[in-house]
Amino acid sequence: MRKAKHPAIFWLFLAPVLFAFVIVIVVPFILGAYYSFTNWSATDRLGETLKLVGLANYAGILKDPSFTYSFIITVVYTLLNMIAINIVSFALAMLVTQKLVGRNVYRAGFFIPNLIGGLILGYVWQFIFDNAVPSLGTFLGFASWENPANLLLAKSNTALLAMVVVGTWQYAGYIMVIYVAAIEMIPQELVEAAQIDGASTFRRLRSITLPMIRQALTVTLFITLVNSFKQFDVNVSLTAGGPSAMFLGQPIYGTQLLAMNIYNQGLKSDDMAGGQARAVVFFLVLVLVSIIEVSINKKREIEL
Amino acid sequence: MKKRRMGSLVVPEVLAVVLFLLFLFPFFIVLVNSAKTPFEITQSPLSLPTDWMKILLNMYTIWTSVNVQYSSSFLSSIIITVSSLVLLNVLSSQAAWVLVRNKSRLSTGIFIIFVAAMVIPFQIVMFPLLTWFREIATLTGMRLLRSYAGIILAYIGFGMSQSIFLFHGFTKSIPLELEEAATIDGCRPAQTFYRIIFPLLRPIHATVLVLNGIWIWNDYLLPLLILGKGNNVMTIPLAVSNFAGAYVKQWDLILTAILMAMIPIVILFLFAQKFIIKGMIAGSIK
Repeated sequence: MRKAKHPAIFWLFLAPVLFAFVIVIVVPFILGAYYSFTNWSATDRLGETLKLVGLANYAGILKDPSFTYSFIITVVYTLLNMIAINIVSFALAMLVTQKLVGRNVYRAGFFIPNLIGGLILGYVWQFIFDNAVPSLGTFLGFASWENPANLLLAKSNTALLAMVVVGTWQYAGYIMVIYVAAIEMIPQELVEAAQIDGASTFRRLRSITLPMIRQALTVTLFITLVNSFKQFDVNVSLTAGGPSAMFLGQPIYGTQLLAMNIYNQGLKSDDMAGGQARAVVFFLVLVLVSIIEVSINKKREIEL
Repeated sequence: MKKRRMGSLVVPEVLAVVLFLLFLFPFFIVLVNSAKTPFEITQSPLSLPTDWMKILLNMYTIWTSVNVQYSSSFLSSIIITVSSLVLLNVLSSQAAWVLVRNKSRLSTGIFIIFVAAMVIPFQIVMFPLLTWFREIATLTGMRLLRSYAGIILAYIGFGMSQSIFLFHGFTKSIPLELEEAATIDGCRPAQTFYRIIFPLLRPIHATVLVLNGIWIWNDYLLPLLILGKGNNVMTIPLAVSNFAGAYVKQWDLILTAILMAMIPIVILFLFAQKFIIKGMIAGSIK
């Protein structure tokens, strides 16, 4: 006797998540794609005033220097953040996988910033950059640190670097534990054999550690890339998008990353359709990056 | 020989201590300045406070302040995080189980769609979600904006993909014989899942709890949109940003509010450190 292909329990157990999935993801996703081609606004009720406008919202993006600027600085921020986080966290991982007395304490300490939300961390660092650093300057005798014009958050270029500092501090511990897990998987015999053969620390790093953690590296690069690209919370609390800067002859927010640009366009400039079109572009870039990442991963697996 | 090896680790040990202190320096800054008056902070943000008791006074001010709404936000954060976590764990694990145990094109298709949804960033659905939630309220009377129901539903929707993915992987490794034995003994499918399988999923439940717990507790953008600032239901990040953004920077109180937001997480971490780190590693390797 053949059983029913999908018993009642199948649908019963799936129903709640399917419901949430449809309400929260599927419908807004489809609506959003559609809205990006309309004159959608926050005051529209039940689509009464909705009109198709073709590609006008997308054309608007091209004419908007603030989006281009946000795109450029988001790419710069993402690259700097990826490099800084991965170098720092790999160095920390190498350090705490040695037989140090307090290695578990150090690991916990490096990890803790990751548990506190980006919003709160941003305010903490705003205080550090604006108040603690000038005071440290007085203490060390660097008078220039006290000048408000020299504060890291006072110029858009250095404020972007300040965001990288905070991002690195926030994520280094998390990425470190992934490297630690990978380093601890390396067979000890391999390291010992190399030691007996007289391989130097650097040589062991290059010929054993790095090749053995390659898989972890693809994971960490991807996580840091996506998280940096989507950064919003630290942006809000540390710089709020400021200070202002000039770009293509127009004054703009100097540190407004893409996620904040989308938010501000939709809700602060009251242009939901324009904000939505920006979000679609943002999404497509992320999909592209994910596809590239997956294909590189596949290629590597074949090589191995 | 042994002595020399010990000796060679002195430099890394010292380096680690220095880096450790450097990493914790921001926490030190928050702690010492939570115990100062505004004047002391502008005078010397790096020094130790003159009177540590001030920290309690500042905490009391934050806890009872009508402007900050800290105590009610704390409660709301707990309600939202705990309800979302319980529902996410129960609903995702049962969904993953039926997807694993019913092998068909349909169940594979549903699973693939769920997994693919993991790349969808919040930004692309956030504006339509607002309109859609508001219209659901107009049409059915079910209030989803500025309500617990709405935000918990949203967290289930955004958290379920990864959670189902993690449960799916783990459930596959549980031998089918266990369930067959239970069925022979007269267990109905739902009983089989909740009595036999659910307890076996404990390690992966831990991972899902940790990953979603850290995310939901700290999340800012989703509550900002669905709950808004300054309404009845606020989470801690909302309350902190509302307070830190709305005033001429009262750093003594802002840093105290931040300290109070950090304390529960740090305590939880100290108790469940291994658990949390393991969960984070398991969640990253997908």
